[in-house]
Amino acid sequence: MTSTDGAFVAFDRVQKSYDGETLVVKDLNLSMPKGEFLTMLGPSGSGKTTCLMMLAGFETATHGDILLDGVSINNIPPHKRGIGMVFQNYALFPHMSVAENLSFPLEVRKIGKSEREEKIKRALDMVQMGDFAGRRPAQLSGGQQQRIALARALVFEPELVLMDEPLGALDKQLRETLQFEITNLAHELGITTVYVTHDQTEALTMSDRVAVFDDGRIQQLAPPDELYELPENSFVAQFIGENNTLEGVVQEIKGETCVVKLDSGEIIDAVPVNVSKVGERTKVSIRPERVEIGRDRLEADAHMLKAEVLEFIYMGDIFRTRLRVAGIDNFIIKTRNSPDQTRLKPGEIVEIGWMPRDCRALDA
Amino acid sequence: MAEDMLAADGRPLKASLNRALRRQKLRALMLIAPLLLFIMVSFVMPIFDMLFRSVENQIVSETLPRTTLALQDWDATAAQLPDDPVFEAMYTDLVLAAEYKSHTRLGSRLNYEMTGISSLFRKSGRAVGRFDTDRYTDAFQEADPAYADPAQWAEWMADDEIRAELPRTADAYDGWAKMLVSVEDELPVEEEPWDFVYTALYADAQAGADLPISVDLSGVEPVSLQAQFEDIDEDWLDPDVWLTIKRYSPDYTSGYFLNSVDLTKGADGIEARPENEQIYITLFIRTMIMSMSIMGMCVLLGYPIAWLLANLTDRTANMLMILVLLPFWTSLLVRTSAWKVLLQQEGVINDILVWIGLVADNDRLQMINNQTGTIIAMTHILLPFMILPLYSVMKTIPPSYLRAAKSLGATNWTAFWRVYFPQSVPGIGAGCILVFILAIGYYITPELVGGTKGVFISNRIAYHISSSLNWGLAAALGTILLVVVMLLYWVYDKIVGIDNVKLGG
Repeated sequence: MTSTDGAFVAFDRVQKSYDGETLVVKDLNLSMPKGEFLTMLGPSGSGKTTCLMMLAGFETATHGDILLDGVSINNIPPHKRGIGMVFQNYALFPHMSVAENLSFPLEVRKIGKSEREEKIKRALDMVQMGDFAGRRPAQLSGGQQQRIALARALVFEPELVLMDEPLGALDKQLRETLQFEITNLAHELGITTVYVTHDQTEALTMSDRVAVFDDGRIQQLAPPDELYELPENSFVAQFIGENNTLEGVVQEIKGETCVVKLDSGEIIDAVPVNVSKVGERTKVSIRPERVEIGRDRLEADAHMLKAEVLEFIYMGDIFRTRLRVAGIDNFIIKTRNSPDQTRLKPGEIVEIGWMPRDCRALDA
Repeated sequence: MAEDMLAADGRPLKASLNRALRRQKLRALMLIAPLLLFIMVSFVMPIFDMLFRSVENQIVSETLPRTTLALQDWDATAAQLPDDPVFEAMYTDLVLAAEYKSHTRLGSRLNYEMTGISSLFRKSGRAVGRFDTDRYTDAFQEADPAYADPAQWAEWMADDEIRAELPRTADAYDGWAKMLVSVEDELPVEEEPWDFVYTALYADAQAGADLPISVDLSGVEPVSLQAQFEDIDEDWLDPDVWLTIKRYSPDYTSGYFLNSVDLTKGADGIEARPENEQIYITLFIRTMIMSMSIMGMCVLLGYPIAWLLANLTDRTANMLMILVLLPFWTSLLVRTSAWKVLLQQEGVINDILVWIGLVADNDRLQMINNQTGTIIAMTHILLPFMILPLYSVMKTIPPSYLRAAKSLGATNWTAFWRVYFPQSVPGIGAGCILVFILAIGYYITPELVGGTKGVFISNRIAYHISSSLNWGLAAALGTILLVVVMLLYWVYDKIVGIDNVKLGG
């Protein structure tokens, strides 16, 4: 990802340090085409917000270039970048009414009164808040405030919008509604969006691509399905969704598959993702819903493991079963509540296995 | 819901709730009771007492009760001397007042209204005992020895019929008897009445009253009391003296308040004081203007500092806050004296300016003992009162507002002026009220560095409290100051709104 040609937003070897001793962002490279909805996902302190702030202009990169439409914006002050931004605490100006809040970016751009009113009306209608123009932010609920903040970030028709955990303070149901509305709006208007969150569900459901941040680096940048199904390293596998991890040593690599000898002595099949040679330690990752009980649906020579049922949890649509496998006792499998599915009982001994392609041998 | 809700035990829910809350209220009251009591006794009551003094004026009617009464019939506008009964009343009052030693106090009270009365009363107090009225005493005592018998006098004065026949005598005798008991510690039955009692008796006789023992008074040459008073001082023949006494004889007076705003009661009602006595209006205006300047200086100097403090990390902010609070920990007197050292003509600042060459040695700046000195020193002293509320309000303004404004396209200045500043206004309001109200009543600093041009109204109040002892005027000035502050507070509430004042949080 060194090429930034033709990208609308690009980070080129960007580094950031606050104290001159440690790097918060380490060698960041990223390029986004126009109209993309990209989410920066990661635990707190992973550098995702710092990246957003550098893009907005509130932090300066210690090293490297940030390009917007092919032009380096390192030395352009925030107010000249023309980037819309939505903040976690909404940052609506409390002393101004909703209409005045929306009017603010237009006034500083010296747009005439009639045009201003028209744009404000359009922006408010867009977020279904047309009746609230005269209210003060304090008179609105959290969801309404976030809608206004969104309208304010969009009213001056920026080509790039940044959102810093905009739904963090809302309850689950409202969050889901707004997730849907935001993605729809972004796609309708064709704006490029950079969205920061630490909520993986939000990242998976909203984005065209997700950049998983950890330790100041992008660990993986991929569309949601790829990210979930084909994690490139054990951090991503752990961070996105639920995941079973088994540790062992690579015993044999043959093209698309490899054999791993677990620390407990069992042998399993896996896809070598970032293991390259025999004898290397690896963490094998397998999704709970891809584990099969019994040999029925697997190839004849598939390696199987003995497992003891420890706990069975009925969750309505699915069953969640905790097993002891290869010496670890938090191995989870999820099975759909279909009519032919058996309900396992604690204490039962079963055989489990999986398709080798669902099992990924990652870095240790 | 026409029916009352009932609690579990069948009582009305409201009553149950009240009962539950009463205990809490009682406990709350108990907690504040000591402070409430302390404030009532040490703060509220003295203030009301002081405010009362600004209109209270019982000293004239208490010291000169008979004169006050007699002067009621006197037509003051005629510019003529009152007639004899007034002089008789004044004679009696003054003799008694001299014994009680209250005539000097009255003199100084009336001196506020008319210069010279104080010495007139002091002089008269000494001389009034030596009037020629002993002629009457001798005449009565020679006519019948019973008139020289204290016991006989006591008997007469206990007889209601005789008292009704001799009203002036009875009144004079009563005043004398009371004075004798309380001042001289003697009994009237053992003492011969004084001359003024015989003078009253003579006046009664002249008015046609029947004396207890008839005496032929045709041979007695009348003593003119007016002439006697004239002998003490010709001022007694000045109708203005009597006018002043009459004007200030009511128990309550607006005189102190009129005085406070450079007015006085003249012959034709309220009029302006002579130009060279007009000082208070000027002082009030100066106090207002200088307090406002100090307030303005505090805003200008304090705002950037508060902003810096609010935007630093807590550790650094706390350290700098100590520097802001440092002046609180040094004595006010020390700080003010330090300003004297710095600002005086041979002081540090002038020395440096001369050394740099900005100011000629023979033309050093006058920075103290004038308004500049007061403003500089008081701005320094009151600055923390501006910074603290500003800081605590700014602390609550999230930095994301400024960022949001900038991301929306506002320049640094627009973002500050349209987004940050309006939200810091409550802090400015609180700081301004604090500084202004403290400044308007400040006293020590203007006294020390203000010279004559830089003093405040409070210095004048202090002067009247401790030096001139004109407490009534001091109270009136203080009351006006209080009213002005409340008025400004009200205006502020109308313009800015008092809910817009925040001390933080």
